[in-house]
Amino acid sequence: MTMSETPSEPVVVVKDLHKSFGPVKVLKGISLEAYQGEVISILGSSGSGKSTLLRCINMLETPDAGTVTVAGETIRLISAAHGKSRPADQRQVDRIRTGLGMVFQSFNLWTHKTVLENLIEAPIHVQKRPRAECIEEAEALLEKVGIAEKRNAYPAHLSGGQQQRAAIARALAMRPKVMLFDEPTSALDPELVGEVLRVMRALAEEGRTMLVVTHEMGFARDVSSRVVFLHKGEIEEQGPPAEVFGNARSERFRQFISK
Amino acid sequence: MNLVFMWETFLELIAAVPTTLRLAVTAVGLGAVLALLLALCRTSGLRILDWPARFYIYVFRGSPLLVQIFLIYYGLSQFPEVRHSAVWPILREPYWCAVIALMMNTAAYSGEIIRGGLLSVPQGQIEAARACGMSRFLAFRRIVLPLAIRQALPGYGNEMISMVKATSLASIITIMEITGVAARIISDTYRAIEVFLVAGAIYLAINFVLTRCVAFLEYRLSGHLRQPLPTRPRVTGDSP
Repeated sequence: MTMSETPSEPVVVVKDLHKSFGPVKVLKGISLEAYQGEVISILGSSGSGKSTLLRCINMLETPDAGTVTVAGETIRLISAAHGKSRPADQRQVDRIRTGLGMVFQSFNLWTHKTVLENLIEAPIHVQKRPRAECIEEAEALLEKVGIAEKRNAYPAHLSGGQQQRAAIARALAMRPKVMLFDEPTSALDPELVGEVLRVMRALAEEGRTMLVVTHEMGFARDVSSRVVFLHKGEIEEQGPPAEVFGNARSERFRQFISK
Repeated sequence: MNLVFMWETFLELIAAVPTTLRLAVTAVGLGAVLALLLALCRTSGLRILDWPARFYIYVFRGSPLLVQIFLIYYGLSQFPEVRHSAVWPILREPYWCAVIALMMNTAAYSGEIIRGGLLSVPQGQIEAARACGMSRFLAFRRIVLPLAIRQALPGYGNEMISMVKATSLASIITIMEITGVAARIISDTYRAIEVFLVAGAIYLAINFVLTRCVAFLEYRLSGHLRQPLPTRPRVTGDSP
């Protein structure tokens, strides 16, 4: 392999991830690599473990076994009682989290802060960046997601689509290396889904690294560079969308996309 | 009814207002700190913190404030160990005994009010804070506590009003706050109705101001719950 063909270091490496909730094994040894600029759509029926996988990457759920590496730094875990693990150093987790922009299904904007305040909160108080710079950048981001005029509105006064776009802008405000989307359009009215997907598509075209748990087949097919299909806590099928949608090896995946 | 007498009574009672206010403010202020600690213990999920806090709250909510004041003022001084300890200069003073009793009592109630506020904070908003890299403490300070206070404020306002009125019990242990002075005037003049009318009116006035302050604070903190102010529609090309 010549130098030019050597792929860059992956931004996110997940190795042999296991996670149980009580007796239920949700993840049974998932391994996944995301390279710079890749958009990975994670598909699967409910209960397949796709949200848990995403939440394990930023340690909102602590995996029982396996490792997560972000930008070359592996999150150190130590074993706890009952076959569980916990982060060895919470400060390391907090630091790595600032490089992972998380977008939730239910937006989770801070209701007591205006849209602009939501955007500048973490940059100012976690990353300790100068306030004026944060505000300037936040305003540019709001412009980008198309809600500049809502900067002083509270989340409760926005539509679902506007709230989700604000939440995307909030995640971007930390200048993350990777964006994690956990079913970002599942809580939206059908007519509002498009405006959020348009923003996500624009981010993909900018070359952002994105991991997207989604039910939007159109997005997975047209925007992502790779599709990963989870079934019962294991990767059942993966590959470029043209390949897996056109000629899936897995019978289950064919059933899944025919629905 | 003798208006001149009532005016003179008013002037005497007004002079006792600072004592009443000092009792109330000190007790509520110190009580708030203790209440926050109790609420944190109750919501910690650790039995070793939760159960002592439950027991404390049970005892101080379940027994009369007057009994608590008596126990601290008369009860503690029975023990030579207390009289010879470093805290005796404080426990010797009826004023501080009253403050301690009021503070410990209000902390029990306020602790539960704050706990309610803490429990009302949606899990998703805490998760969003942690996902942004906030430490547990920073997320508590910036997100959880501000949201909890907004929820707890109406109930907490009630508790503050109760405390202003409860300071009248301090008169029993010789403190000359409003009710104490009123009782003295009555024992001199036997004109209970006029004196208590004036005293009652003063408490009403204090609590009126307090209620307005709480309402103002609530208004300031709840912009996110109100409808937005109507903004002028933007001028566009096709407007007349």
